[in-house]
Amino acid sequence: MSAFAALLARDIRLATRAGGSAMLALAFFAAVAALVPFGIGSEPKLLARVAAGVIWIAAVLANLLALDRLFQADYEDGSLDLLALSPLSFEGVAVAKVASHWLTTGLPLTVLSPLLALLLHLPIAAYGALLVSLLIGTPAISAIGGVAAALTLSIRRGGLLLPLLVLPLLTPVVIFGAGAILAKLDGIENGAIWLLAAFSAAAVLLSPFVAAVALRLNLSE
Amino acid sequence: MTPLELLEVADLACERGGRAVFRDVSFRVARGQALVVEGPNGSGKTSLLRLLAGLLAPADGTISLCGSGARVEDREERGRFVGWLGHQDGVKPQLTAREVLRFFAQLYGGSSESIAALLELVGLSRAADLPCQYLSAGQKKRLALARLKLCGRPLWLLDEPLASLDAQGKSLLLGLLGEYLAKGGVAVIATHDPIGLDAARLQLA
Repeated sequence: MSAFAALLARDIRLATRAGGSAMLALAFFAAVAALVPFGIGSEPKLLARVAAGVIWIAAVLANLLALDRLFQADYEDGSLDLLALSPLSFEGVAVAKVASHWLTTGLPLTVLSPLLALLLHLPIAAYGALLVSLLIGTPAISAIGGVAAALTLSIRRGGLLLPLLVLPLLTPVVIFGAGAILAKLDGIENGAIWLLAAFSAAAVLLSPFVAAVALRLNLSE
Repeated sequence: MTPLELLEVADLACERGGRAVFRDVSFRVARGQALVVEGPNGSGKTSLLRLLAGLLAPADGTISLCGSGARVEDREERGRFVGWLGHQDGVKPQLTAREVLRFFAQLYGGSSESIAALLELVGLSRAADLPCQYLSAGQKKRLALARLKLCGRPLWLLDEPLASLDAQGKSLLLGLLGEYLAKGGVAVIATHDPIGLDAARLQLA
């Protein structure tokens, strides 16, 4: 098994084992979305209209839960030093971390989303757009979040700073992600899904390099 | 493990937070030899080890590793030769001792050591399948020792290796170290306890 696969497998194991972040994020995602009908009433037309936005915002927030410890746990217990001395480059470490975060958070959220869509009365016709937009958009959350997690790893209570860094950068993801679903509902073509794909691809491709710079900076402090 | 011929450090200076920690540190450690770094708290023992490992950038000076014909000075390249035993043990509380060793064997690659035999060697056979949160500080240190041996690197950097080890653990460490040096390894050991090792000394003020 390569060093990259070993790190990926370890992080997935840590996230899914008891006390890990995967179940927590999933439960949070479901809880936030389920709370909405209590807040704005159970009128199906109204819910159907806000469903896309609610699911997307809940997905972004649930992703944040698991992000702050992405690098920080390894930094605090000395594992990051050992990773730095391993044959794996910092870029490789960043890709493995972002991939494990997506596989244990973004992907399960996407799979769970139709259930919440049902709860929020989203028309069946938009389910495809919902799944595709989450599948394309959630890697961008993991990637941008990974960069922020690498930047804040040495900051005490960095977990509080992280959402402030990440949320503004994730605005396009929410706009295009929810926009793609709304376009489907309204029966129009607005190209949001392509913009989402482009944004996500750029974020995923650039993030390992930026995260690696942040890791190098933080580690040699 | 391909042994190193020489670790050579010239005019090394270290700054942390804009303050000079030490300067003009020079030494050479040849194949099969160890260097014991001594000094009071805050004298820069850990910083020196992090500089050697390439985890920190020096303010001045050079560090070079001379192997068979090659000379390595690049910071990240140097890290690939280092076996690291820091004062943080790098052990995940959720994983078992066996899983920790298996992970590092895969991460570092090319290890021929048997994990079961290593666990036996450091006296963790009975605790091998227990999540590490139930291990004592001394047991975690033993696990870190097993990892150090497992990684098979030609330069060992040990930061306070005796901390939290019992008498038996100390003799285990000295045994591993003696065997490693006999095989041609190079070790730099930062400690403020007498380690009982016949080695050159470097005193940091």
